[in-house]
Amino acid sequence: MMQTALELFWEFFKIGLFAVGGGPATLPFLMELTKVKPWYTMEQLTNMIAISESTPGPLGLNMSTYAGFQTLGLFGGLVSSFGLVLPSVIIIILIARFLDNFSQNPYVKAAFYGVRPAVTALIAAAVLGLCRVSLFVEHNGKLTPAVGAVIIAVVVFGLLQVKRLKKLHPALWFLVGAVIGIVFRL
Amino acid sequence: MNDMKMLWQLYWAFLRIGGLTFGGGLTMLPMLKYELVEKKNWITEEELVDCYAIGQCTPGIIAVNTATFVGYKKKGVAGGIFSTLGMVTPSLVIITLVAACLENFMDNVWLQHALMGVRGIVCALMLNTVITLARKSLVDGFCCVMCGIVLLLCLLTDIPTILIVVVSALCGIIWEKIRLRFAREERP
Repeated sequence: MMQTALELFWEFFKIGLFAVGGGPATLPFLMELTKVKPWYTMEQLTNMIAISESTPGPLGLNMSTYAGFQTLGLFGGLVSSFGLVLPSVIIIILIARFLDNFSQNPYVKAAFYGVRPAVTALIAAAVLGLCRVSLFVEHNGKLTPAVGAVIIAVVVFGLLQVKRLKKLHPALWFLVGAVIGIVFRL
Repeated sequence: MNDMKMLWQLYWAFLRIGGLTFGGGLTMLPMLKYELVEKKNWITEEELVDCYAIGQCTPGIIAVNTATFVGYKKKGVAGGIFSTLGMVTPSLVIITLVAACLENFMDNVWLQHALMGVRGIVCALMLNTVITLARKSLVDGFCCVMCGIVLLLCLLTDIPTILIVVVSALCGIIWEKIRLRFAREERP
């Protein structure tokens, strides 16, 4: 268990150190973990996102705590969230103490100019992978679409393009999805 | 004694901010402004915007970065740590409770139906996040090319995410250098 705890800490320390752009930027890293560690599956990750978006607190922190809990229970949640915030605390204190005008530094600006579109692509790829796992069910080695979930995804995505509906709270959408899931026994 | 009191105040302020805002990042700004600028008078609005800018251009969770920065400005290293702990506490408590409940009912058929419906919603919301992000971050040709290349690399290969982040930062710096040099040469 101690071994897993240390690995958990190290993996989330790396996420805290390299996830540039906050919450959604942790998703590609969390997804990468499903491939290399036996801690949680992609299906569980989908549930983790839903819970993290509909509970208070920063999205990235919620997802990481959940991932830690999935791995080692309450202790795991503590370890992963500690690992995640430690680089932030160190970096921010160093910047606040030694670097004035950090966000105006031309090198920092140029680096972020390059990182931002790359992170967008990373998140896009992660979301595509997520959709593949969430909307398709593997059956005898063949992928078949989970029709109900696909219809919900397409319709809700369309609705989200309507300005008024865009502002609705994610938890409300999840509730709608859950009710539809129960009524139609998806 | 006075120091300790201030540290606890920082802890509680960020606990309230973390416990009352959903989603983090941008949605947290109004709440930060209300707690730190209007209610407590700890920092000015300009300082908050500065903190926020730093929080966004450093790695890690933006809300945590901002909390550490404000805490450090008020009470040094201990202030930064207490503010961060305040921000982490609600997530830890709430997520642990919800996750523990959910795990207990995982075998329930109704819960499984509900989660199947929720899956569709997760996909729709996340796709929407990607589109919003792309609109904001793809501001010129370089960004579009960069995004396209990385997307292809992600879909076709297994390059570690960390490597992509580091290399893309270097690309940004090199591209700016090249651009500046060309701008200088064009001038007579």
